[in-house]
Amino acid sequence: MIVAVEQLAHYYGSRQALAGVSFAVRRGEIFGLLGPNGSGKSTLFRILSTMMAPSSGRAVVAGFDVDRQPEAVRQRIGVVFQSQSLDKKLTVEENLRSQGHLYGLAGRALRQRVESVLGTLGLTERRRELVERLSGGLRRRVEVAKALLHQPEVLLMDEPSSGLDPGARRELWQHIEDLRERQGVTVLLATHILEEAERCDRLALLHEGRIVAEGAPAELKARIGGDVVVLEAADPDGLGPRIRERFGVDLRVVDGRVRVEIANGHRFIAEVVEAFPGQVRSVALHKPTLEDVFLDETGAQFR
Amino acid sequence: MIGHATPKLPANETGRVSGWRNLSPKLFGLAVWTLWRRELVRFWREKARVLGFVGSPLVFWLLIGSGFGDLRFFFPGALALTVMFSAIFSTMSLIEDRREGFLLSMLVSPAPRHALVLGKTLGSATLAWIQGVLFLAFAPLAGIPVSVGSLAATGGVIFLMALTLTLLGFWLAWRLESTQGFHAVINLVLVPLWMVSGSLFSMEQAHGWIRAIMRVNPLTYEMAALRQVLDPMGTPPQPGLRLSLTVTLVYALTLLALATLSVRRRPGRSTA
Repeated sequence: MIVAVEQLAHYYGSRQALAGVSFAVRRGEIFGLLGPNGSGKSTLFRILSTMMAPSSGRAVVAGFDVDRQPEAVRQRIGVVFQSQSLDKKLTVEENLRSQGHLYGLAGRALRQRVESVLGTLGLTERRRELVERLSGGLRRRVEVAKALLHQPEVLLMDEPSSGLDPGARRELWQHIEDLRERQGVTVLLATHILEEAERCDRLALLHEGRIVAEGAPAELKARIGGDVVVLEAADPDGLGPRIRERFGVDLRVVDGRVRVEIANGHRFIAEVVEAFPGQVRSVALHKPTLEDVFLDETGAQFR
Repeated sequence: MIGHATPKLPANETGRVSGWRNLSPKLFGLAVWTLWRRELVRFWREKARVLGFVGSPLVFWLLIGSGFGDLRFFFPGALALTVMFSAIFSTMSLIEDRREGFLLSMLVSPAPRHALVLGKTLGSATLAWIQGVLFLAFAPLAGIPVSVGSLAATGGVIFLMALTLTLLGFWLAWRLESTQGFHAVINLVLVPLWMVSGSLFSMEQAHGWIRAIMRVNPLTYEMAALRQVLDPMGTPPQPGLRLSLTVTLVYALTLLALATLSVRRRPGRSTA
């Protein structure tokens, strides 16, 4: 296990941000912490990146305790922040060289590393450009290049593709997957974007400072099984119980909609509409998504 | 499920949050160098903005000095104001940089925190020094006779002044959450301290409690030192050169200690 977190808790004053979180990440894995805003993932990210000490519990990254041995952890992690951590008035290459100095790299070793990360992230052509002239997607790639400069074992990323357009997001993910493939870098990322979470090998779903589910995206969705049918009705609170009674299915009324998880959803739809004529306004059917998993585990909408 | 329950640690990495025990001279030197250099490169690319700090003290000096008919007396004070503006404003970027910017990566890097204090303040002090020295070019206009010796000594005092003011700015910026707060401190504390430092009136001219404030104001001693090396023939200043330099050095070391102590605290607890 390259990252192991045990019973991690954190308080801001009396407000609990993390309520005893435990999980582990395997070497070479892309692991996602998925949660809406305020779920505690940013707090977790700050603790794992040694920016903040936890209130209690323990986290070991690349073999060292983040609280007791932050210096050792810092040498072994690369951090990509959600906010910009580049100096806009410097060029791409100057930013990278500066970063290298902070890790004790200099001379030929530094030049080689700079060349290497520029190549890896496809930035060689841009090396002399001022960061302030680059697009958001390119800047994010410079951030990643910067984080990789000292060859970290673990890459920690906070909302890596937030604020990027779909094209830039796809491109960034291509690079992330390449890194894992070619260099065996372990990636731990915090995100609230479902499509991003879909691309992780494994996920931990966070809600109100707790992990509510953990597993591969496909595995999590398979737990629901079958289809998800969502009915809009004039009187959802009245209709819900009657459907439950009639068909013996498990359902929830969420946000004024009746939501049923069921195998062979198409057949069920026909039967419901037949059984309660005129009461169903609209019908939707989809395969389970991570949003459904979240809703199932927490009873709350993912937002 | 802790994989490495008892990891083997290199002997020097067993300490808790601390940059001291893990001090590698090469890493320390590189970090200071790169931070210092960064300030200078940025300065060079933003010449117009930064040189503005020379502009307003120049106008103050010409107006106040002409008004009182004594350009010579007010010159050292205007020079100090240039240095102060430059020093304080270039440390102000720390507030933003820490939340969003270059400093974030520094905080998760193995570079020791006190390298950050030294690199940043030396960089900002160098810029303030450059602007103070540029301001010196107007000395003949003030009727102050200059020699190579007096210029060199003045350059030295300006550097000390720049260093203390940047350390003060660093220490303040590190504990403030917003740039608005910083502006308030500048207007309510720093500019008034400059006013009662001997820049506008000497200690003998001052009345009662103002004189008492002047006596405990560290800037008074920096101003006195500046006047004595730059223009010893002008108004004789109150504290002597030796006392002034001693106070300034003690002040500088105190601020260095304060700034270093405050960066060893781990920041970032303020936002969720």
